[in-house]
Amino acid sequence: MSILINKNTRVLCQGITGKVGQFHTKGCLEYGTKMVGGVTPGKGGETVLGLPVFDTVVEAVEQTGADATMIFVPPAFTADAILEAVDAGIKTVIAITEGVPVIDMVRVYEIVRRSNSVLVGPNCPGVITPEECKIGIMPGYIHKKGPVGVMSRSGTLTYEAVWQLSSLGLGQSTCVGLGGDPIVGTSFVDLFRMYQADPATEAILMMGEIGGTAEEEAAAFVREHVTKPVAAFIAGRAAPPGKRMGHAGAIISGGKGTAAEKVAALEAAHIEVAEGPADMGTAMQRAIARKRR
Amino acid sequence: MKIHEFQAKEILRKAGVPVPRGIVAHTADEAAAAFKELGGKLAVVKAQIHAGGRGKGTLKTNPAQHGVELVKSAADAAKVAGNLLGQPLVTIQTGPSGQTVRQVLVEEGCDIARELYLGIVVDRAAAGPVLMVSAQGGMNIEEVAAHTPELIFRERFHPDTGLLSYQARKLAARLGLKGASVASAEKFIKGLCRVFVQQDCSLAEINPLVVTGAGELLALDAKMTFDDNALFRHKDLAELRDLAEEEPMEVRAGQAGLSFVKLEGNIGCLVNGAGLAMSTMDLILLHGGSPANFLDVGGGANVQQVTEAFRILLSDKHVKAVLVNIFGGIMRCTTIATAIMEAYQQVGFNVPLVVRLEGTEVEEGRKILAGGKFDIISATGLTDAAQKVVKAATAA
Repeated sequence: MSILINKNTRVLCQGITGKVGQFHTKGCLEYGTKMVGGVTPGKGGETVLGLPVFDTVVEAVEQTGADATMIFVPPAFTADAILEAVDAGIKTVIAITEGVPVIDMVRVYEIVRRSNSVLVGPNCPGVITPEECKIGIMPGYIHKKGPVGVMSRSGTLTYEAVWQLSSLGLGQSTCVGLGGDPIVGTSFVDLFRMYQADPATEAILMMGEIGGTAEEEAAAFVREHVTKPVAAFIAGRAAPPGKRMGHAGAIISGGKGTAAEKVAALEAAHIEVAEGPADMGTAMQRAIARKRR
Repeated sequence: MKIHEFQAKEILRKAGVPVPRGIVAHTADEAAAAFKELGGKLAVVKAQIHAGGRGKGTLKTNPAQHGVELVKSAADAAKVAGNLLGQPLVTIQTGPSGQTVRQVLVEEGCDIARELYLGIVVDRAAAGPVLMVSAQGGMNIEEVAAHTPELIFRERFHPDTGLLSYQARKLAARLGLKGASVASAEKFIKGLCRVFVQQDCSLAEINPLVVTGAGELLALDAKMTFDDNALFRHKDLAELRDLAEEEPMEVRAGQAGLSFVKLEGNIGCLVNGAGLAMSTMDLILLHGGSPANFLDVGGGANVQQVTEAFRILLSDKHVKAVLVNIFGGIMRCTTIATAIMEAYQQVGFNVPLVVRLEGTEVEEGRKILAGGKFDIISATGLTDAAQKVVKAATAA
């Protein structure tokens, strides 16, 4: 088992005819993902990598039975692409695009939360269920199937964590990149709920960073509702206030969103917090060992 | 993206939100002329920099001169402007070296009966814009939030519906506004909410929002920042950017497509991915070192970008050693290793370089680094990398 995606998931790529969309569709196909088609308005009827291209998501769903989508549409049109997918009944919408205006996401978020769809991202590396399905830009080969559910606001930092876990013999059930923006479709709390309910996930590793209160909300949720061992790492202890550290959402403002506050909240929830980025895999090991005792 | 107070007021004026009359001056003479043109007995000369706390702030070279001063004659306006222009103003937000004042705003004085606070941000927890008002105007709102949060009133609103009339009346009641002030408040607040959404703001703050003796609302100060991700659809706003107010190395990095933040330490960092870049700074700190910067070279990292990144890092005289930390996923370690070798040669390194590679084609990548004539220190893991670079920086 896993969360969100598995070997049966049928995936579209919105933006498949673009250079980046095409490159990563190829990567997902090579991993074994069931890519079934693509959508680029005006390019319906073409074929890319042997996959049919449609003008609209609704036509693509009717013709291919797709239930997930990977969005590589430019930032000016991403919100529209997300809403189109939700409207067409796509259950899992994964938006990779970086640079989406926040106000666009305000409008999208409200609609998505009221729908039956799940949105991951935007500005995220995607979701992978090892040895079954990859929807995103992550390097598939570093992942191994196993018991750890992974969730992260980052891209390459997640790959570091997965690399450490795999090296320690701790495979992953699913890895979810939430995205680096201030408003994203799926939160840490949402994922804790899913991982807690997933029989194949036995432990959970979370990578957070400065900005916002998502980690504090997660800590509160874990205290009440999560029985599986949890470890975490928070990036940005060295970050100065007021400066955007790459990710649109990684900014300490009004004194809120510091790494220190997040670490304190996690520790109060008895979550094993990694000392540094080299300690993420070993922190997960410690959390698992602690729960066993 | 930040803008100056005078630019924010111009945006508000165009949108029908009341602001005092004001004229920008770049010289003492212009300030005197501005005073005369405004025609009042009183004016305020305000330093224009991209930082708050200007009223309490003082000049580094002349601590008797504050960043905001009331003047009663054209001659005084010229004197204050003359003091401020070309000098660094130090406020609680600028850091000890301050920021050089390149222009001042000469603004008509107004009759202040009350000072209120009004701010709008996109609140993450609410996943939407939230308006905050408080009767504690002219003060540090973060202190109010910390000590007396019950004095701040909040209303959420939908970007397309805007703030509703009943919400504006509710806030007016909370602020103790009566009579004609209520209508003035409703118009002002709804107007500001509209501008916030139309211009893709991240922050719009009016502190103080003044209630005049006649019961009208007026923005005595205005701070507006804009969502960088939305600038593509606001060419006019993008033109308001003042590069002189930004850190030069950060501007240069932005132009090369790099994400860069300057810090105070002596170990330069070059990393792919924002989360990993932040973690690399943390890693250095953990091992007793001090990062000189945050730098995310992104998913591309071709020779040109790595070369420009190295040039930017090495232009900081404080840098005593450099750490390159790359996790190659889609990007191959061979590609980055080749780029490093070429860049190293082009730039001419004069400080120790520690490179930690991991991921796709890592062994081949390490071979490329070892194969050159350069003395590049190769690290095998994060801990090894941190220890080596901190040692190199300390030894220098």
